[in-house]
Amino acid sequence: MQRLKVGIFSFTGDEGCVITFLEILNYKFFEWRDLVDIRYCKTLKSKNRMEGLDVAFVEGAISSEKEAKRVKEIRRNCRKLISIGSCAIDGSPSNHRNFFDKARMKEIRPVMKKFRHLKKVVPLKDIVKVDGEVPGCPMLEDAFVKCLEAELKEFGVV
Amino acid sequence: MKLKISENKRFYTQAIRGKEFGTLPYVVSRICGTCSVAHLTCCTEAVEKAMGVEISEQTRLLRKLALYGLMIRDHAMHLYLFVMPDIMGKDSVLDFDESQHKLVHDAFKVKSVGNDLSKLIVGRAVHGIYSQVGGYTKVPTKDDARKMVKQLKGIRGEVIDLIEIMNDCDFKFERARNFVGLAPKDFSFLEGSIKSSSGVEIPEENYSDYLKRMIIPYSQATGFEFQRNEFMVGALARMNLNKQSLHRDTKKDVRKFLKAFPSSNVYHNNLAQAIEVLHSVDHSIEILQSRAFKQENKVEVKPKECEGVGVIEAPRGTLYYWLIFDKSGNAKYGNLVIPTAQNQVIMASDIKALVQGLIGEDKERIRMEIEKLIRAYDPCMSCATHFLKVNWV
Ligand code: SF4
Repeated sequence: MQRLKVGIFSFTGDEGCVITFLEILNYKFFEWRDLVDIRYCKTLKSKNRMEGLDVAFVEGAISSEKEAKRVKEIRRNCRKLISIGSCAIDGSPSNHRNFFDKARMKEIRPVMKKFRHLKKVVPLKDIVKVDGEVPGCPMLEDAFVKCLEAELKEFGVV
Repeated sequence: MKLKISENKRFYTQAIRGKEFGTLPYVVSRICGTCSVAHLTCCTEAVEKAMGVEISEQTRLLRKLALYGLMIRDHAMHLYLFVMPDIMGKDSVLDFDESQHKLVHDAFKVKSVGNDLSKLIVGRAVHGIYSQVGGYTKVPTKDDARKMVKQLKGIRGEVIDLIEIMNDCDFKFERARNFVGLAPKDFSFLEGSIKSSSGVEIPEENYSDYLKRMIIPYSQATGFEFQRNEFMVGALARMNLNKQSLHRDTKKDVRKFLKAFPSSNVYHNNLAQAIEVLHSVDHSIEILQSRAFKQENKVEVKPKECEGVGVIEAPRGTLYYWLIFDKSGNAKYGNLVIPTAQNQVIMASDIKALVQGLIGEDKERIRMEIEKLIRAYDPCMSCATHFLKVNWV
């Protein structure tokens, strides 16, 4: 039986959703071990591959050209892409700068320029096609478990 | 090899300006998912000091428990999931085989008890909701406390095994250095004076006389100096400065391992973390057993023009918040100093020294040794504004 090939990716956020994923493993690790092949998760391992993923779970909003390029690359390598957490879904709370006044914008402009930040911090769906969402800040544990288990069924793993 | 600045992506320094004092702790909690409870607690303390809010003894104890939950979970994650693979010669826990089955089991068991303690005290492990300026909106019931004590007692054996593994690990990188940290009388991570192994002892609010931002040579990155010198914060610093204050049950069971401290072997940071997990378990048990918690009245806070400093020990070291408010209670200015930023300077010079000692070895080996050493520091990627990248030149 083929395991579900998943990747966990992180963009502009605080990694709280990835931490939540690691907490879910506290009670799901042994059950999922034979069903899920975690191919990409930088918090968990150093040798990561993103080719041929079934599902990419993506945390964080997109704030720079580099990130936009990278999320498109992930999109090309996965069959389904799922936004986890509110940063990925609607940009907040990692999009504070979208609401900055002139004075603050002036302060941060050099950094923005240097790192080729986008004009606004945007949710994933503004850059790539998104197939599903797990809401919350951090993402809701039960909703994630449900989502992953639905994918296991959809991809015929269980 | 040099320090490279990575993208400072979220501009929290600017974002906190204008935020109302009551919501500010929830805003800064989102700086770091890994140690959100530390930001939440430290910011709340700074707000309270500024506004002159006195907290109750019960609130103080709940804060200690919140930090203990964080320490158990976060140190366990670092030690079992990130350090253990180095010791076992594997890429990750996902590659552990049957013979390491117990370790994987212990990993998730210990981690989840920390997680549950956080959930009990602040409502969630990441971005707590029960904590607010002046106190807690919900407190553990007797029944909750009893169950939690049972869970905590249930992991003591595993934690002692973990301490033993960290003690037996022969990784070594020694270089003299100054250690800095809070030294609370009960080793609770929450309060006390700031001490250094160079002999300084100062009250929290005077920190900025000693701790200064500096430009790291040959880079555009900024780091910090204490008394104009490089220094290290974190579990190793705390153990070196304050091991006599550990809980008596912890001391009883790990006496022989405590002999290693004071130590200037950076890898002893891992051993120190493991010992801190046991202390967190033991002191939490004592607090939960000896105390009946009751719902307290909400503390009324009158906003005023003011400023305050909050200092706590986060898992990776001392965390500083200095906040200034305008008369309606909105933040005018905030200065945050996070542990990973404080360790940046010394980490860079350690790596330099490490590489010098390895000249002639092949690149892959050197890269792995560097990564291993960096891992011992347990740097936090999401809150570090810049991070070390190895460029071969
Ligand atoms: S949604 Fe919340 S927890 Fe998740 S990355 Fe964003 S800020 Fe962190």
